[in-house]
Amino acid sequence: MAFAKIETAMTDIAKLEEYTLRQIDEAADEAALEAVRLAALGKKGAISALLATLGKMSPEERKTEGAKINALKDKTTEAIATRREALSEAALETRLAAETLDVTLPAPASPLERGRIHPISQVTDELSIIFADMGFAVAEGPDIESDDYNFTKLNFPEGHPAREMQDTFFLAPTGGEKRLLRTHTSPVQVRTMLSKKPPIRVICPGRVYRCDFDQTHTPMFHQIEGLVIDETTHLGHLKWTLEEFLKSFFEVKGVKLRFRPSFFPFTEPSMEVDVQCRRQGGDIRFGEGEDWMEILGCGMVHPNVLRNCGIDPDRYQGFAFGVGVDRLAMLKYGMSDLRAFFDADTRWLEHYGFRPLDFPTLAGGLSS
Amino acid sequence: MKLTLSWLKEHLDTSASLSEIVETLTRIGLEVEHVHDPAAQLKDFTIARVIEAKPHPNADRLRVCMVDTGAGAPVQVVCGAPNARTGMKSVFSAPGTYIPGKKITLGKGVIRGVESLGMLCSAAELELSNDHEGIIDLPEDAPVGVSYAQWAGLNDPIIEINLTPNRPDAAGVHGIARDLAAAELGVLKTKDILPVEGKFPCPFGVTLDFKEEDKHLAPFFGLRLVRGVKNGQSPAWLQARLREIGLRPINALVDITNFLTFDRARPLHVFDAKKVKGDLVVRRARKGETLLALDGRTYELDETMVVICDDNGPESLAGVMGGEASGCDENTTDVLIETALWDPMNIAHTGRKLGIVTDARYRFERGVDPAFALPGIELATQLVLEFCGGAPSELTLAGELPRLSRAINFPWSETKRLTGLDTPREDAALILERLGFSVESAGADIAHIAAPSWRPDIEGKADIVEEVVRMIGVDNVPSTPLPRTDGVAPAVLTMMQKRARNARRALAGQGLVEAVTWSFVSKEQAEAFGGGAAALALANPIASELSDMRPSLLPGLVAAAGRNAARGLGDQNLFEVGQIFLDATETGQRLAATGVRRGLAGAGRHWSTPAREAGAFDARSDVMALLDSLGVATGGLQIVPGGPPWFHPGRSATLQFGPKTIVGHFGELHPRALKTMDVEGPVAAFEIILDALPAPKAKPTKIKPKLEISDLQPVSRDFAFIVDRATRAGDLVKAAQGADRTLIADVAVFDLYEGKGVPEGKKSIGLAVTLQPREKTLTDAEIEAVALKIVSEAEKKCGAMLR
Repeated sequence: MAFAKIETAMTDIAKLEEYTLRQIDEAADEAALEAVRLAALGKKGAISALLATLGKMSPEERKTEGAKINALKDKTTEAIATRREALSEAALETRLAAETLDVTLPAPASPLERGRIHPISQVTDELSIIFADMGFAVAEGPDIESDDYNFTKLNFPEGHPAREMQDTFFLAPTGGEKRLLRTHTSPVQVRTMLSKKPPIRVICPGRVYRCDFDQTHTPMFHQIEGLVIDETTHLGHLKWTLEEFLKSFFEVKGVKLRFRPSFFPFTEPSMEVDVQCRRQGGDIRFGEGEDWMEILGCGMVHPNVLRNCGIDPDRYQGFAFGVGVDRLAMLKYGMSDLRAFFDADTRWLEHYGFRPLDFPTLAGGLSS
Repeated sequence: MKLTLSWLKEHLDTSASLSEIVETLTRIGLEVEHVHDPAAQLKDFTIARVIEAKPHPNADRLRVCMVDTGAGAPVQVVCGAPNARTGMKSVFSAPGTYIPGKKITLGKGVIRGVESLGMLCSAAELELSNDHEGIIDLPEDAPVGVSYAQWAGLNDPIIEINLTPNRPDAAGVHGIARDLAAAELGVLKTKDILPVEGKFPCPFGVTLDFKEEDKHLAPFFGLRLVRGVKNGQSPAWLQARLREIGLRPINALVDITNFLTFDRARPLHVFDAKKVKGDLVVRRARKGETLLALDGRTYELDETMVVICDDNGPESLAGVMGGEASGCDENTTDVLIETALWDPMNIAHTGRKLGIVTDARYRFERGVDPAFALPGIELATQLVLEFCGGAPSELTLAGELPRLSRAINFPWSETKRLTGLDTPREDAALILERLGFSVESAGADIAHIAAPSWRPDIEGKADIVEEVVRMIGVDNVPSTPLPRTDGVAPAVLTMMQKRARNARRALAGQGLVEAVTWSFVSKEQAEAFGGGAAALALANPIASELSDMRPSLLPGLVAAAGRNAARGLGDQNLFEVGQIFLDATETGQRLAATGVRRGLAGAGRHWSTPAREAGAFDARSDVMALLDSLGVATGGLQIVPGGPPWFHPGRSATLQFGPKTIVGHFGELHPRALKTMDVEGPVAAFEIILDALPAPKAKPTKIKPKLEISDLQPVSRDFAFIVDRATRAGDLVKAAQGADRTLIADVAVFDLYEGKGVPEGKKSIGLAVTLQPREKTLTDAEIEAVALKIVSEAEKKCGAMLR
C-alpha cells in the first residue's frame, strides 16, 4: 500500500487527526508504521509542520492552537506506540505459529543415565559409611602378601590343617620370599597392629583370593574385616557392633543374630554368626522370620596374634570380624550367581548397578 | 564327621530328642551341617500287597495293579515297573506324599485313560539307592500297612557335623557325647578299658630309627600280635554302623580299625603278620622308595615322610595309609595291631604331598589323644578276640607317651574381661570339669586349670574362656554398646580411598559402566599389556586364562567389551578402578582408573547428530573429567604424543606432569593388542594411575583463593592460521598464549580444516582469543597491537600464516 503524503497545507487539525489515526490503524507492518510516523512526526511531518507554525502566531492564538497541536502530537505518538505493540505481538504470533518441534522425538540420553556403579563399590561405600560413623577408619593393604602376614602372624602354624581351610594361590617361586595372594584381608589387620598403637578401630575392605570356582565361590572375591583393639572391648561389644552394622546395612528396625562357637586360628573365642531371616519363594528378608542364614565369622583377637604384632595381650584385647562384600550385596540386592559379578555383562551391570549420583549417606539413607 | 543317633546313644545316656541334640551340637560349636532322617523322610511310605496285576488296556509296558494298602478298600495303581506282579509285596505311597528321589509331591492321575491313586516305589524314588530298575520287592512276611522305614529299620538318623580343625576329640562319637554331656544333655557312658593279658611275648620287635632331633616324628609305637584269628565278615551291627556313615565294610579286622577311628577318634593299623618279614623299623622314608598302598596306587616316597618298614622295605605310610603287601584279607590268620602317635604337621605334609585323604590322616594331623593310644589297642584287641578269636601276645612298645602338663594359670576374671559375661566361678569350674579339665585352687582368684589329653587346642586363658562361653551359650553374652567418640564422626578415608571413590562416580557420570574384572589374566594378555613377568605368575592358577597378575586393567575390560559384543551389544563403555601389579613387591601394586569405549560414541545412532565411532578424544574427555573430579590441578599437565606399545602409535598420548611423573595414557588401542584379545576395534581407552597423580598441597584453611573478576568486558578476536599438517594445535595455542600473558585470558580452538581452499600439506586452525582488560577498557589500537603480537608469535613458533 502506498502512503499518501500528508499535505502540510492540511490545517484542519481534526481532519489531520482522523487521517493520521486511520493511517496508523491501517499500517500493516512495522515499516508502514514507521512511514506513517515520519509523515506525521518526522522533521518534515505534518504535525511537525503544524508545530512550526506556532512561532508565527499571536500569543493568544498560540495558546489555543498550541494546546490542540500538542494534544494531536501526543495522541499520535501514543497511537503509534500502541499500533507498534500490536504489530509486534502479531508478528511474534505469526513466527511462533511457524516454529514447531516434534517433541515426541527422543532426546539423546545423558551420560548420567548410562553410567553405572558396580554393586561391590556401592556396598563397600555403604559399609564404609556405617563403620565410619562408629569411628572405624578404612585400612588397606596389598593383594600380594607374604606367608608371614597372611598365615603365620595370624596364628596359622606352618603345615597346620587350618591353612587348608583356605585354598591359597601362590606366586611362582622366583628365589625370594614365598609370596601368595591374600586369602583374607586379615593381613591388613596385622599391618595395622604392627604400625599403630591401640586404640585401633579399622575396617579392611578388599579383594581376596582362593582357588575355588562354582556358583557361590569365585577365585577372587571381596571381603571386609573389622578390628577393634583397646583395653576394654569384649565379646559383648562385638555382638552390639555386629547387630548395629547388620541392622543399618539391611535397613531394618532390628535384626536377631545367632552366635555359634566355631574356630578360626586368629580368634579365641571364635564364632560364626547367623542372621535371622525369612525365606519366601526366591526372596529373602532380614530382621524377621524364623530362618537363619550364616553371614559372617568373628571372635576375640587371639592372644598369639596380638603378641605376634607386638601388642601385650594381658593389657590389650579386642575383636575382629570378617564378611563377604559380594555376599552382602547378593543378600541385600538379590543377585543369585556370584560369578556374574565378575563377568561384566553390561545387561547385568545396568540392571544391578547403581546410578552415578546415588551416593549412600547416613542422612539420606544408604539406598535410594 | 558322621555319626548316627543310635551310635551316639551308645556313648550318651539321654532322653533328648533328635532336634534337641542337633540344636545343642550347633550351639556348642559342633555345627550340624546335615541331618538325614530316613524315618522322617519316609514316614508316609507303607508296605502294601499287589492283589492283582493285569496289563494296561492302552499301554503295553504299563500294568494296572489293585493294591491292598492295609487301610480300607484296595487301591488302583498304574505301574510301569517290569517286576510288578500279582501277589508281590512292595512299598506304597498315597497321593500327597513327597517322593524324595523325584523331588515331587505325588498327585492323583489318569495314565493312558486309567485312574491311578498312588504309586508303588523303587529304591531310587525313596533315595535309598540308585536302583530304579523296578519297584521294591519285599519278602512275603512283610506286614501290610506298616511303615516301611520302621519295618526296614531305617529309623536311625544320620548326623553330619562340620568339624572345625581344632576339635580332633570330636572326630569320634565318644568325644561328641562328652561335649553333649557337658552341655547337660545327658550322661556320658564310660567304661573302663582293661588291658588284655598277653599269652606270649610279641615276636615282632620295633625300632624307632630317628635322629635325636627327629624323635618327635614318631614319639610312641605299640604293637600286638593275635594268632589264630578267623577274619570273616564283621558282625551285622558293625557293618550297619559303617554303612550308615558311608563306609564299606571289608572284613572284621579292617572294620574294627575303621570302627575305632570313628567311635574313639583312634586310628589303628592292622598288618597280616605272616606277610611281615622280620622286625619293624619306623624311620624316615628314603628318596626313591615306593609303596603300593591299600588304595591300589603306588606312591613315591621321600625323606620328609615317615614309614613303617620290615625287611622288605616300607610296609605302611605312617598315619596315612597302609601298604597292600601286608594288608589283612579273609585268609589272614595272624594279625599285628599297631597303635602309634605321629607328628601332626608331618602327617599333614605327607598327606598333602601325596594327595592322600584318609580318615586316619584327618585325625592324626589334627592331633589324636595320646592318652588313648594304649586303651585304643586294648579295645581293638578285645574286638578282634570277640569277632575273630585267636590268642593275643603281650605288647611290644617303643618310644614314650608324652607327659602332658599343660596347667594354665587362669584368673576367673578373664571370662568377664574378654566377654563381658559375669559367670560365677563355681559354674565355670563345673563346666570345665564336665569337659574333662582338672581345676585346682578353684576357690582362689587364679585357678590352675589343666586341659584333658584329648584337647590339644587348649593353649591359654582365651581357650578356657571359650570353653566356658560356648557351654553357657554366646547368646547369653549381653550385647554392649561400643563407646563412641563424642560428637560428629570424623573423616576416616585416606586421600587415595577418596580418589578411588570419586573416580568411580566421575567416570560413571561420563556414561561409563563400572566393571569388576579378575585380578588375573592370561600370560599372553599380560605380555600384550606390559606385564608377564615371572614373579607375577601364579604357581597354581585355577585356569590358564587366569594365570598372571594383571599389569593393567585394560585386558580385563577389553575382554569384557568383546564378550558383550559377542552377545550383540557392540557399543561398550566400561571402566574399572582397581589394583594393577607392576612387580610382586608392595610398591608394585598400583591403583588404576581405566576405561574403554568401543562402537558408537555418546548416544550412538541418534537423529540429532551424525553417528560417529568413539575415539581418542572421548577417552581424553573422560580423563579430563576424572582429573577435574579429583581436584588435580591440570595446569602442569603435559600431553605428549605416543603411548606404550599397546596403544596406537599415532593416535595416543602420554599424560605426564614432567617426564618423571607419567600418570597415564589415552588413545586408540593398538590393533595388535586387540588381536591378542580377539576383539574387533577400534577401541578407545585411557588409563590413569591414581596414586601417581600429584597430591594437592596441604593448606592450613579451607579458604579458597580470592575471586578476581573484572568489571571490564572481555574482548574476543578470531584468527584463522594456515600451518603445516604436522604442526600441533597445542603448540599454536601455546604460542598465542605467549603473546601477552596478562591480557590473554583464554585461547580456544574453534575450527580445524583441511581441504579445498587450504594448500596441500597444510591445515587451517581457527583460534578464538579472549582478552581480559585488567585496568581499563582496551582501545582499538591496543587490541590491534596484541593481535599483531599473536600473529607474529604464531609465525615465529609454528610457521603459521594468517589465512
